[in-house]
Amino acid sequence: MKFGVVVFPGSNCDADVIHVCKEVMQCETRVLWHKDTHLQDLTTEDCIMIPGGFSYGDYLRCGAIARFSPIMEKVIEHANKGGYVFGICNGFQVLCESHLLPGALLANNHQRFICQNQYLLPQTNNTALTQQLDLTTPLNIPIAHGEGRYFADADTLKMLKQNDQILFKYCDASGNITEAANPNGSIENIAGICNVNRNVFGMMPHPERCAESVLGNADGKKLFESLLNLVYG
Amino acid sequence: MPLKELLDPQGKAVEHSLHNLGFQATNVRIGKHITLKIEATSQEEATQKVEEACKKLLHNPVMEYYEFTVSA
Repeated sequence: MKFGVVVFPGSNCDADVIHVCKEVMQCETRVLWHKDTHLQDLTTEDCIMIPGGFSYGDYLRCGAIARFSPIMEKVIEHANKGGYVFGICNGFQVLCESHLLPGALLANNHQRFICQNQYLLPQTNNTALTQQLDLTTPLNIPIAHGEGRYFADADTLKMLKQNDQILFKYCDASGNITEAANPNGSIENIAGICNVNRNVFGMMPHPERCAESVLGNADGKKLFESLLNLVYG
Repeated sequence: MPLKELLDPQGKAVEHSLHNLGFQATNVRIGKHITLKIEATSQEEATQKVEEACKKLLHNPVMEYYEFTVSA
């Protein structure tokens, strides 16, 4: 699997994602500029990463303007053909605005930007991204956002559950999914989801920020390993 | 405007601030006001164009509702 990392004006986690894909996971990695109208040599076997940041200054709504950039037309095509797309933080917002993922990310319920380590409990093994994760052990992955309150209406939420589309929920260190462990007011503590076809993933926490033991935390690497179907001990 | 059933943290913060000033306001909600200029030959055409802009980009039905007026 190769990676393609989309860079918008205002992306600020692109270099971290490129580093993890290329140096940590040792995968061929292409950088895709927002004005590009092609995905270079990437195919549906490959994964397009939409990194975090503040694409287009978060103007209008987070991710709303990025959705109509030339590269996103190609990313949407790639997703519709079954190719992998993985959006982190602002990337998750972009994927929701692009209708590749249902729901939306609203301003945190306490109106503050939060930047902290956060425990998450994987909810399903039925996606490439989560196939190797232990559903009983919380992962510690940093969050950093002002608009991370996941919201979906009752019907959408029902569909997400029926189709097993909820990937991660915010929890405490022991894995309890409680209101106290919910950092931003997300509905049912949802931190990450996938689409019905299970090839598009979005999450607010930043696995690329904790994917090397030298950083003191390599929990995020487990997601990349899972995606690449590597065995980890 | 944010959908009525959604929490609007910004509106809530401003409401608290109004209370601190002695204004007993409730239900403070904060949305966006967008003005734009378009070329159209009739009121209907202009309405149609604005509607399309709202649907495609200006508005996200998951979180907001909108209304607009067209004036020549």
